[in-house]
Amino acid sequence: MNQDQAEELVKEVLLEIVPDADLTSTDAQTDFRRELELDSMDFLTLVERLSVRAGCRIDEDDYPRMATLAGSAALLAERT
Amino acid sequence: MPSLGADMTEGTLLEWLVRPGDRVDRGDIVAVVDTAKAAIEVECFETGTVEELLVEPGAVVPVGAPLAVIAPDAGAPDAGAPAGVPSAGAGEQQAEQHDRPIATPLVRRLAEAGGVDLAAVHGTGPGGRITKADVESAPHVSAGSEHPAEPAAAGPARARPGGHARSEPGPPAAAEGSGARIRATPMARRIAGEAGLDLALVRGSGADGAVRAADVRAALHPAETEEPQAVAEPPRTAGARAEAMRQAVGALMDRSKREIPHYYLSTTVDLAAAMRWLRERNRQLPVPDRLVPAALMLKAAAVAAREVPQLNGWWTDGFTPAPAVHLGVAVALRGGGLIAPAIHDAADLPLPELMAHLRDLVARARAGRLRGSETTDPSITVTSLGDQGVEAVFGVIYPPQVALVGLGKVVERPWASDGMLGVRPVVTATLSADHRASDGATGARYLSALDRLLQRPEEL
Repeated sequence: MNQDQAEELVKEVLLEIVPDADLTSTDAQTDFRRELELDSMDFLTLVERLSVRAGCRIDEDDYPRMATLAGSAALLAERT
Repeated sequence: MPSLGADMTEGTLLEWLVRPGDRVDRGDIVAVVDTAKAAIEVECFETGTVEELLVEPGAVVPVGAPLAVIAPDAGAPDAGAPAGVPSAGAGEQQAEQHDRPIATPLVRRLAEAGGVDLAAVHGTGPGGRITKADVESAPHVSAGSEHPAEPAAAGPARARPGGHARSEPGPPAAAEGSGARIRATPMARRIAGEAGLDLALVRGSGADGAVRAADVRAALHPAETEEPQAVAEPPRTAGARAEAMRQAVGALMDRSKREIPHYYLSTTVDLAAAMRWLRERNRQLPVPDRLVPAALMLKAAAVAAREVPQLNGWWTDGFTPAPAVHLGVAVALRGGGLIAPAIHDAADLPLPELMAHLRDLVARARAGRLRGSETTDPSITVTSLGDQGVEAVFGVIYPPQVALVGLGKVVERPWASDGMLGVRPVVTATLSADHRASDGATGARYLSALDRLLQRPEEL
């Protein structure tokens, strides 16, 4: 999975969790947890789905990196 | 029309899930009612046969007004159904009830994780309920198998450990009648049943691949619009819903501040031990089994409420202690407003179960599918605004409850302990309590208990 594909996957899952989110205005470097008001359970759902669909392991230590679209995508791209 | 919360005066009947002639048991979900806050699934109070539905879908009914007439059982198990030629509706309903195994969300999760088809499990619990032990002793479909022998393959698009997410429905042979459980909303089942459509053939677009009414309609009429059905749906727009929600929240909080003499306490809890324990535990677990700090804090809040029963109950002309801790959890809804349904017996639930209940409850609260019993009887409520970034929240008590616990954001702070200064994760825990029911000393005992419990996370 390359960076672009990974970013698409992250957006897809975010839209499942927050169906009315407008991701076109979300900068790849901003904290989407704050922007989309995700709570810890939403975030866990995100991690769960990304891990299954990308087929890679995601640990709690990875969470801080995953706060932005760019960070999440980079992590998935590295692991797959 | 049951009162589905202290703030409810009337409700709109959205949908009947039973028809005259259907047999119902106490606790069965028989109707969906729209309150100012959410669509709520209403359980039946009695066992018997539905004789007459008194209220049409769409009607607004005051709390206390009768919705239907249920004839008590005459002794015969199927007294209500005409022998020999039951109506199509009653037949379907009964078949459906038979096919849908009774199990708690936790048991469903266990079954899904283990690849067990619940429809094939014999329930040994009360009322045929499937217990944890039943699932554990059931034959498991081998994880990772592409073609499990059981019709469970027709189930929702859900990943199994070691397997992969299935995005397509299973083979048509796995029809509902063969025992597989297709995840679907009651409305979807009804429409599919009436049209003779096999739910296994419908691609679900709901949470976890659940089949929704719109999916069934789309499958039945691929080219048609939903116009005829749209008329039957309540004409409540998102804007009107938000306004009704504001009014409901406003009315209840207004009453709270008028009637309840609040007192407030606050303490800072060192979470170093709790966060370390969570980290170690989660490291060994796959994502779905990981605990969030909120789950640990909710458990501690529930156990502390059991230790200080003066804060766990309801005030109506005097204090009535609750028989168990039904922990209300304030859930912020996207689009505004909040709702605080209960996790029943929260103090007695093992942490993984509490976490599963919490996720399930939050998801259903946001999807607008709570059950009446969850919205009526919280005995103490927790509001947690930590994810929104604030350090402390001093809440307003939900009448007729007598206490509300507020949890803020877990933050790192300099912390002096044993004469040493270090950096520790801490949380500010607050208590708002009703001075008619308790005094500050009682409230202080509660927060001390919460602190003490969180220092020994392994015992929670």
